[in-house]
Parts: sequence; C-alpha cells; structure tokens
Amino acid sequence: MAGWLERLFGTKAQSADQAKDRLKLVLINDRTDLTPAQMEDLKNELIAVIARYITIDTAGVNITMAQEGREHRLLADIPLRPAARRRSS
Amino acid sequence: MAATVVTVTSGKGGVGKTTTTANLAVALALGGKKVVCIDGDIGLRNLDVVLGLENRIVYDLVDIVEGRCRLRQAMIRDKRLPELYLIPAAQTRDKSAVSPSDMVRLCDDLRAEFDWVLIDSPAGIERGFRNSIAPADVVVVVTNPEVSAVRDADRIIGLIEAEEKGPARLILNRLNPALVKRGDMLSADDILDLLAIELIGIVPEDENVVISTNRGTPVALDGKTRAGEAYLNIARRLGGEKVPFMNLEDKQGLFQKLARMMRSGG
Repeated sequence: MAGWLERLFGTKAQSADQAKDRLKLVLINDRTDLTPAQMEDLKNELIAVIARYITIDTAGVNITMAQEGREHRLLADIPLRPAARRRSS
Repeated sequence: MAATVVTVTSGKGGVGKTTTTANLAVALALGGKKVVCIDGDIGLRNLDVVLGLENRIVYDLVDIVEGRCRLRQAMIRDKRLPELYLIPAAQTRDKSAVSPSDMVRLCDDLRAEFDWVLIDSPAGIERGFRNSIAPADVVVVVTNPEVSAVRDADRIIGLIEAEEKGPARLILNRLNPALVKRGDMLSADDILDLLAIELIGIVPEDENVVISTNRGTPVALDGKTRAGEAYLNIARRLGGEKVPFMNLEDKQGLFQKLARMMRSGG
C-alpha cells in the first residue's frame, strides 16, 4: 500500500530511473577505467593548470563526461574572470 | 554454402545464452537452413540438455580437437528437424583443452557444409569467451533488464570491439512489459541508450521457456508462445530480413488486470 501511495504522490523515484542513472555513472567509470576519485583529481588538476595561465572563475567550472553512442568526451566549461584591467598610459 | 558463424555471449551468467542459442538454432533450422550449434562451455555443458539431446552424446568438442574422432562422429543430429546438429562440450575437461585457433579451424571445416554455425559462449571474459568469439562473423550479446547484466554486457561489448569482432548486436531477454510500464524495470530504450548497439530482438519473460526447458523442447519449435515468436523473429533478422518488433503490451483481459491491480494496490 505504501508503494502505491508514494507513486500516487510522486514522492519516490521510479526504480527504473534510478537503475538507469546509476548505470550511466558505472559505465563511464568502467569504460574510462577511472574511479570517481580519480575523476575528481583530474578535474582539480585541470583547473589548477588552467588557473596558472589565466584567471578563472573556479566556482563556475563545470567538467562533465558526455556520451555519444559508445564514445565519450570530456566537456569542460570554464568561465574566465575578466583580467584586472591594466593601466595603460 | 558458406556458413555465417554467430557467437552468443553475455559476460554475466544466467541471462539466457544457452536458451537463446538453442532457440535460434531451432528457428533457423525451421526456416529450412542447415544449422550446427557448438557448446563452447567446456566443463559446464548445457546446450545438450536445453535441446533435449543429452542422451545421445558419444564424442565432444575436445575429442574433435584432440583427434579422437572425426568431426562427423561428434555431431548429433536433432531428429525433430531435418538439418539441425549439435557439437557438445566436454564435461570432464576445462577451457584450456581448446584454443581460439582450434575453434577457428573447426568452424572453417563446418562453413562449407552449413548455412549457420552458432556458438554458445560460456559466461565470463576469459579463455572460453575468447575461444567462442575467435571464429565469429557476428557476435550477439544477450542481456536482461537488470543493472548487473547490463553492466557486464557493456564490458563484453567493449572487449568484442577490441577484438575487432564488433559491432555486437543485442538481444534483450526476459523483459517484463508490466514492470516496465510501472517504471520498475529498465526499458528497451533505456538499455539501448546506455549500451548504444543495435537491437536484434526482445524476448519477453515467458513461463513457457521454463516449461520447454524442463522438457528439452525449445519454445521456438512451437512458435505459438510469446517467447517462441520472439526467437523466430530474431532468426529472421539474423538472416537479414526486416521484421518489426512485436508489440509487448499486455494482452491480458480485464479480469486479470483487475486481479493484478488488487494485488499490487495500484
């Protein structure tokens, strides 16, 4: 009965959706041979390297893995912070 | 004749590789083709019992490879169909008794005489799997709508690609349309999104599969069941025909629907 009520009021995610979301992440890890922790390290190092050259808005950085068919690509969206205006005169 | 060699594999065990191999073999033979199926699961043979031919084994795959018998002597003819044969696996040996090149040689010998050679791969990603895909022209991956089976299917699809045997084709086995409708089972679309390979068939969950396996008469022999019909369709698709996917929506009557609603409370 509880399951029925939860479904009626939409309080519980459908288990098939949960399965799909979990699989998406697992398959990325399996296919790239990267653990979630390594992926986190990769992101942090990537940000650090870029930040050495240009000022970036670290809070707005978004690095994700996108899937197209059986291919994956790493997408990095890195907002730049306007460089402090140089005084030229 | 120049047979097409089809290997049925899955990664995970228990998803229905052997049932699929047996039924596709029967379905292709019903279509008038010459078919031989090979049990690639050395040490854990099962294709013989699923086909109902277990009492007629004299020689097996390892006997052929090690030269104790001629190829012909190890081929068991299924009397229910004009041209269906089985080469059983050895039961008391292990996978190392056969090499991938043995399998390639064996299949090359069979190609001239048959239209189809089907190989039932063991579960796993080791020697038995490599033996089974070595001679393949087409690799069919069987999975169930469950996280563990889909994950293993993905792994095996990657290995098939790495061996340059891809792209593999997918059979989704034991789909329960009522559970999918309720949102409690991965749908065919969900699985295709994740695995991104071509779907060649969906076999609905059907108690007739259990019954027919008990009897050793594959469901495809009598195409009147849902699963049997699905296998007949897959066999035609393997042959290159364009066959629409069957409608898996419930064909239940109002009474059964009501009864189910009462049970599940929704």
